[in-house]
Amino acid sequence: GRVKEMNTYAWPTVFGGAGGESERTRADIISTVEFNYSGDLLATGDKGGRVVIFQREQENKSRPHSRGEYNVYSTFQSHEPEFDYLKSLEIEEKINKIRWLPQQNAAHFLLSTNDKTIKLWKISERDKRAEGYNLKDEDGRLRDPFRITALRVPILKPMDLMVEASPRRIFANAHTYHINSISVNSDHETYLSADDLRINLWHLEITDRSFNIVDIKPANMEELTEVITAAEFHPHQCNVFVYSSSKGTIRLCDMRSSALCDRHSKFFEEPEDPSSRSFFSEIISSISDVKFSHSGRYMMTRDYLSVKVWDLNMESRPVETHQVHEYLRSKLCSLYENDCIFDKFECCWNGSDSAIMTGSYNNFFRMFDRDTRRDVTLEASRESSKPRASLKPRKVCTGGKRKKDEISVDSLDFNKKILHTAWHPADNVIAVAATNNLYIFQDKIN
Amino acid sequence: MAGASGLGTGPGAAGGDGDDSLYPIAVLIDELRNEDVQLRLNSIKKLSTIALALGVERTRSELLPFLTDTIYDEDEVLLALAEQLGNFTGLVGGPDFAHCLLPPLENLATVEETVVRDKAVESLRQISQEHTPVALEAYFVPLVKRLASGDWFTSRTSACSLFSVCYPRASNAVKAEIRQQFRSLCSDDTPMVRRAAASKLGEFAKVLELDSVKSEIVPLFTNLASDEQDSVRLLAVEACVSIAQLLSQDDLETLVMPTLRQAVEDKSWRVRYMVADKFSELQKAMGPKITLNDLIPAFQNLLKDCEAEVRAAAAHKVKELGENLPIEDRETIIMNQILPYIKELVSDTNPHVKSALASVIMGLSTILGKENTIEHLLPLFLAQLKDECPEVRLNIISNLDCVNEVIGIRQLSQSLLPAIVELAEDAKWRVRLAIIEYMPLLAGQLGVEFFDEKLNSLCMAWLVDHVYAIREAATNNLMKLVQKFGTEWAQNTIVPKVLVMANDPNYLHRMTTLFCINALSEACGQEITTKQMLPIVLKMAGDQVANVRFNVAKSLQKIGPILDTNALQGEVKPVLQKLGQDEDMDVKYFAQEAISVLALA
Repeated sequence: GRVKEMNTYAWPTVFGGAGGESERTRADIISTVEFNYSGDLLATGDKGGRVVIFQREQENKSRPHSRGEYNVYSTFQSHEPEFDYLKSLEIEEKINKIRWLPQQNAAHFLLSTNDKTIKLWKISERDKRAEGYNLKDEDGRLRDPFRITALRVPILKPMDLMVEASPRRIFANAHTYHINSISVNSDHETYLSADDLRINLWHLEITDRSFNIVDIKPANMEELTEVITAAEFHPHQCNVFVYSSSKGTIRLCDMRSSALCDRHSKFFEEPEDPSSRSFFSEIISSISDVKFSHSGRYMMTRDYLSVKVWDLNMESRPVETHQVHEYLRSKLCSLYENDCIFDKFECCWNGSDSAIMTGSYNNFFRMFDRDTRRDVTLEASRESSKPRASLKPRKVCTGGKRKKDEISVDSLDFNKKILHTAWHPADNVIAVAATNNLYIFQDKIN
Repeated sequence: MAGASGLGTGPGAAGGDGDDSLYPIAVLIDELRNEDVQLRLNSIKKLSTIALALGVERTRSELLPFLTDTIYDEDEVLLALAEQLGNFTGLVGGPDFAHCLLPPLENLATVEETVVRDKAVESLRQISQEHTPVALEAYFVPLVKRLASGDWFTSRTSACSLFSVCYPRASNAVKAEIRQQFRSLCSDDTPMVRRAAASKLGEFAKVLELDSVKSEIVPLFTNLASDEQDSVRLLAVEACVSIAQLLSQDDLETLVMPTLRQAVEDKSWRVRYMVADKFSELQKAMGPKITLNDLIPAFQNLLKDCEAEVRAAAAHKVKELGENLPIEDRETIIMNQILPYIKELVSDTNPHVKSALASVIMGLSTILGKENTIEHLLPLFLAQLKDECPEVRLNIISNLDCVNEVIGIRQLSQSLLPAIVELAEDAKWRVRLAIIEYMPLLAGQLGVEFFDEKLNSLCMAWLVDHVYAIREAATNNLMKLVQKFGTEWAQNTIVPKVLVMANDPNYLHRMTTLFCINALSEACGQEITTKQMLPIVLKMAGDQVANVRFNVAKSLQKIGPILDTNALQGEVKPVLQKLGQDEDMDVKYFAQEAISVLALA
């Protein structure tokens, strides 16, 4: 994807209710978005504990333009609100993360997690139905059991496609703090789950035990200075994972060297620029997301104002730093007061690792082309998303005179934030979650 | 009439013109699709009954096609189905029709649930033996090929287990194809399949011609052992054992050892762990010469590995390693090459390593003999008995019998006692529980005199522990001690102390008396029970705490069978009748239960 092409994102599909922040729509706020390995399925999770899966339509001769459209495939309630009686704590049903498993048979599998419990779901199709009973007839009326003269074996008949989601495993009781990340290992049999202070390693088939591989909990909680904010496995090397911290650093661990990965093998940290130091420095340097590139050579981290790309072979500084919304630097004080400064923005790579995307406020999201160093701000909104219309680049006015078509920093709506985005693993299709709406944009074909 | 419980009570022949023997089968068939999993499961488990009623032809033409598409069901139903189908050959018309069972099993072999898939594969392996050679090539081999080239890795993993059963009976041309397919699965894209192939490599090697083992299996083994995924590499260690059994010493040295040496030094601790874990098997498969030259030095490295998990796994194997050495060299090898490392491990930083060592170290005394044990091992045992980690001390104590045979336990008793006392009073109740379990063993080793003098008071103290599990274990312990030391000992040392507790102000302790009586009465016999225990139990029927009273009822039920009729009728019956009128519901309930069980009504 090139920025030139990115400007032509079109054919948006919008899912979700109309605006208006009522209690009902609070549950509809999307809390995670994730494509599966082929990109044919897209899963979203929301604050109400639901998972909605969208499926990409296949080529269809009768409706030539329908290719690529995503339609709802399955919806199910993944988590319910719970109460921890031992600690007198409510456990929210909000889905924090969804991760797909590599496809292993005709069914699809995903992991979904709330603050405490991870669940493995199977999504499968059924298109046949058995018919014919011995003790009742077609209408369900009971037959006279005295008059059975022959045995009938049920016969399978085709029926309308039915998609079922069934819980296969529940991985519970392993996290004292809130789970912020789950990541499936390239060995296809294990995955990790990370909370504020610990990372656990699970086998996908074993629910009654997990191994603690990182524990940064100090003996005395008053000495706590940093927390784990995100963790991810390397896409190819099964022994390597990284985790980011609230101090803006990333640790890379090699599980080969020891069973407990308290000692990292690499430590990525950018030296602080003393001139820009302020009261907010530490808060805004906290990393909210870390993602390996598909190639496995790079990783990307998102902090409050920027997104950085690191070469795994260089720990001293990132190879690229992209400003997401530098114009907010002067507004940190009010962003601190309204808690926005603690928003956790995620970031994602495109299929070829040549471009990256992350969200901002006012329903804006940003894309950066790594080769041309060009970037663009786009807006996810109903007005801008008429069918087959191109997305217009947006510009925020940073001081001086406001030009036509520019938006002033002061008029940005901080309640409209785009925290979660996803990029199709092969094609130029993106999914953008804007509070309770999901926008899917794709490159114009032709 | 829903539910298989209605089976036996189906409609009789009266008035109907249908065949009433069909009714139960009709229910079973319908319940194959019942909403209740238990009923579906029940029907699947009686699949042979259904098939028998349908006859071989309808089973083949109707039942099997239906079952082929039941893969949507719950795992436990699928598991039962996969198992049933393995024994179905007779029900489809014998070996000539065994291939009819392949389609449903083929589907089951691709489901995501490993236990179901494994069971389907097991059944397929079973059925393969019932195929004629012609049918094997016409039906079974094509099925294996289909699975092996399936789109999804579940089907390819299942294929890995099926090659070895069709290979021996296949023609040469087909054999070549099978080898080719196995080869390609060994380099499959997904680690799942490579793991499945690696874990079946040894089994497959065993059915191959020796030339093929050398020319084909060994290269596959070498490749898998250097796979990029450590989860694959560690399975190659296992395969190493099976392959080694097939090769001559010279071939081992040139074909297998380079790879094994690499595994011992693998960068991933999990692979090294696997070598440590499979060490005894490797040792046996490689023979004494390679053991001496290569494996012993490798073992030394494992014992001082930087990862505690590896050291612990190696420490676990110390005894077996000794036992598997040639008798004439055992002592020198252990003394010179292993013992120095063991000494280090006794003061390891990791408690798991120390406790792994403590669980086997006593076994070395039989190998090293009396003098070496006293001079070299005893200081280690004594150090371990003082270890800060209770598990280490427990493991030493639990294996005392090995040392007793060689040097007699007296050598240790001086250090033993403080260790036992400390464990007996450990703050963690699980530790206390563990030491209680070893009391009967210790009592046997140390003898009644030593026991009475030093340990008896501990055993009695546990009876009033504040944790129920400890009191319960202490009660059982008394019973085992009585079995060991006899009723006379019980009458003199245990029973009086137990009975005194019947007057304890704490009702929990009074209940302990009852629990002890429950446990001891049988071992003590009729006389002691009637004369000493029964009066106390009966007296406690007037206790003010209801929990005590209903436990009296339970105790009476328990000891009733030991008493004679006079005691039962004259003493037990009136008390139970009185308790049967108790104001407390539970007391009433248990009293009435005792009355009916003892037939006193």
